[in-house]
Amino acid sequence: MKKVKGNEVSYAKYGYLFIAPFFIAFLIFQFIPLIQTIYYSFFEYYRSGLKIIGPNPVGFDNYAALFEADFGKYAGNTIIMWVIGFVPQILISLLLAAWFTDIRLRIKGKQFFKVVIYMPNLIMASAFAMLFFALFSDNGPVNSTLISMGIIAKPFRFLSSVWGTRGLVGLMNFLMWFGNTTILLMAAVMGINPSLFEAAELDGCSPRQTFFRVTLPMIRPILIYVLITSMIGGLQMFDVPQILTNGKGTPDRTSMTLIMYLNNHLFSKNYGMAGAVSVILFVIAAVLCLAVYFTLNADDDSKRIRKRDRFKPRKEAING
Amino acid sequence: MDKKPSHARTVIAYIVLIILTFLCLFFFYILIVNATRSHPQIQKGFSFIPGHSFMKNLRSVLNDANIPVISGIKNSLIVSSLSAILATYFSALTAYGLYAYDFKLKKPAFVFIMLILVMPTQVSAMGFINLITKMGMLNTLYPLFLPSIAAPAVFYFMYSYMQSSLPLELVEAARIDGSSEFHTFNRVVIPIMKPALAVQAIFAFVSSWNNYFIPALVISDNSKKTLPILIAALRSADFLKFDMGKVYMLITIAIVPIIIVYIALSKYIVAGVALGGVKE
Repeated sequence: MKKVKGNEVSYAKYGYLFIAPFFIAFLIFQFIPLIQTIYYSFFEYYRSGLKIIGPNPVGFDNYAALFEADFGKYAGNTIIMWVIGFVPQILISLLLAAWFTDIRLRIKGKQFFKVVIYMPNLIMASAFAMLFFALFSDNGPVNSTLISMGIIAKPFRFLSSVWGTRGLVGLMNFLMWFGNTTILLMAAVMGINPSLFEAAELDGCSPRQTFFRVTLPMIRPILIYVLITSMIGGLQMFDVPQILTNGKGTPDRTSMTLIMYLNNHLFSKNYGMAGAVSVILFVIAAVLCLAVYFTLNADDDSKRIRKRDRFKPRKEAING
Repeated sequence: MDKKPSHARTVIAYIVLIILTFLCLFFFYILIVNATRSHPQIQKGFSFIPGHSFMKNLRSVLNDANIPVISGIKNSLIVSSLSAILATYFSALTAYGLYAYDFKLKKPAFVFIMLILVMPTQVSAMGFINLITKMGMLNTLYPLFLPSIAAPAVFYFMYSYMQSSLPLELVEAARIDGSSEFHTFNRVVIPIMKPALAVQAIFAFVSSWNNYFIPALVISDNSKKTLPILIAALRSADFLKFDMGKVYMLITIAIVPIIIVYIALSKYIVAGVALGGVKE
């Protein structure tokens, strides 16, 4: 693969040329904005009526104000709603991945089920939330059906109840992501050397033992990857609760997420506070990004040997 | 003896799968049925039988001056198509630059992109809005697709794909034939990358089509709004005054085109999810 020394010099410039657009776009649309965001987080800079106040340097005042306000509460809301969606998501996905890849089960129509369970992931989250809002509103179809079936006497006000709202957000997140996770985990399970499963079967392992002793340890890297990327997704939770509660995080801001809070500051043009919220989110995201980087690298090392044919077998397995 | 437990497990597996399938399809089925029913019918509750008000609902959505649906579809199509083209082409170009050439900053550039692979764009939104205001791009569609040139997740997919399916000997051969580097990329590399480009184009298109956070901050002009902003506007309007048939119809318009494309290309999309791992 090593090229002649003379060639390296003459072709290097194309390397720079080809990667330039990416880095220029990144610089303009993400890096400079990020630096500005961090910079203004140390300023008093907001709009009051038609007047712009600041920017006046205020040190860490914005951060102090943040923690005196309800930042902790919103962080808690975000975590709670993420957990409500993530726990069933990972459990169901593991179960489905194990079933789909178990040759003894011979499940028919795998391709159909995969197509169906992945579909909600492509749905516009804001439209999906609007749909749920219409279906679960006080006199919406869910309530009128429950009443006509005699299950409840008067409408259950899902969106006025703390756990009703959080539960709906969690349910939507679950529905949108469990298909995606299932497909990722399946690909990981199918990447395990089949002789391991054969050996387990010869040794008389039950399906349960095979799952806990062979499958789970072997797919640990991808499980960690799924966990961290899902946490980053949870950190970004916005569309669903924003539309469902009309940006208010009702009832009593118990479904207000961190990005909704950021969005409120951006809309009211309080750039100092928006900056401070962003910086904290950036620090959390940076830690998670590092974690993803290391899991992907560890993953690559273990797979380097069969890197060449990494794509082909999986593709066939999926189509088959 | 050996067959029996397996048989019971198969039955349980099918029951769970059918429940999940029902959950996934039920809401969208109700959505489409309700889009064909009139307001009073919808108020009565669920029905599995479509109504006759499809055209009436469609007409009342299209004729509502407060919800510019036609221009919304147009704007969404423009932004999503351009995002998909920019993201796939420039990601492939970047991946090729790092895959096929040796240069001093190759390793740092690669590590850097891998580090920002899953960085949420929301964290720099404040500076982004500030910057595009200064650049005079506020309330235009440009800030919605230009940033797609730098799409780390798409890059990673392209790079992995090149590792598995683009032998460098091919590039050498093109060189010997006198093809220029840029020409080689467009005429030799791009055709080989077609399957990867197609899959990532779909993902980039869909994520841009569904994007709400940044567009809602950038666009305030009614004629430039994309579909998710229109949906949000519907939510913040006084809801009870609305004809529910109209509401369901607008949601249908936003969702159904994606579902149709998905069903047509589902084989490739599902395979793509398994390959990529990384997705925004």
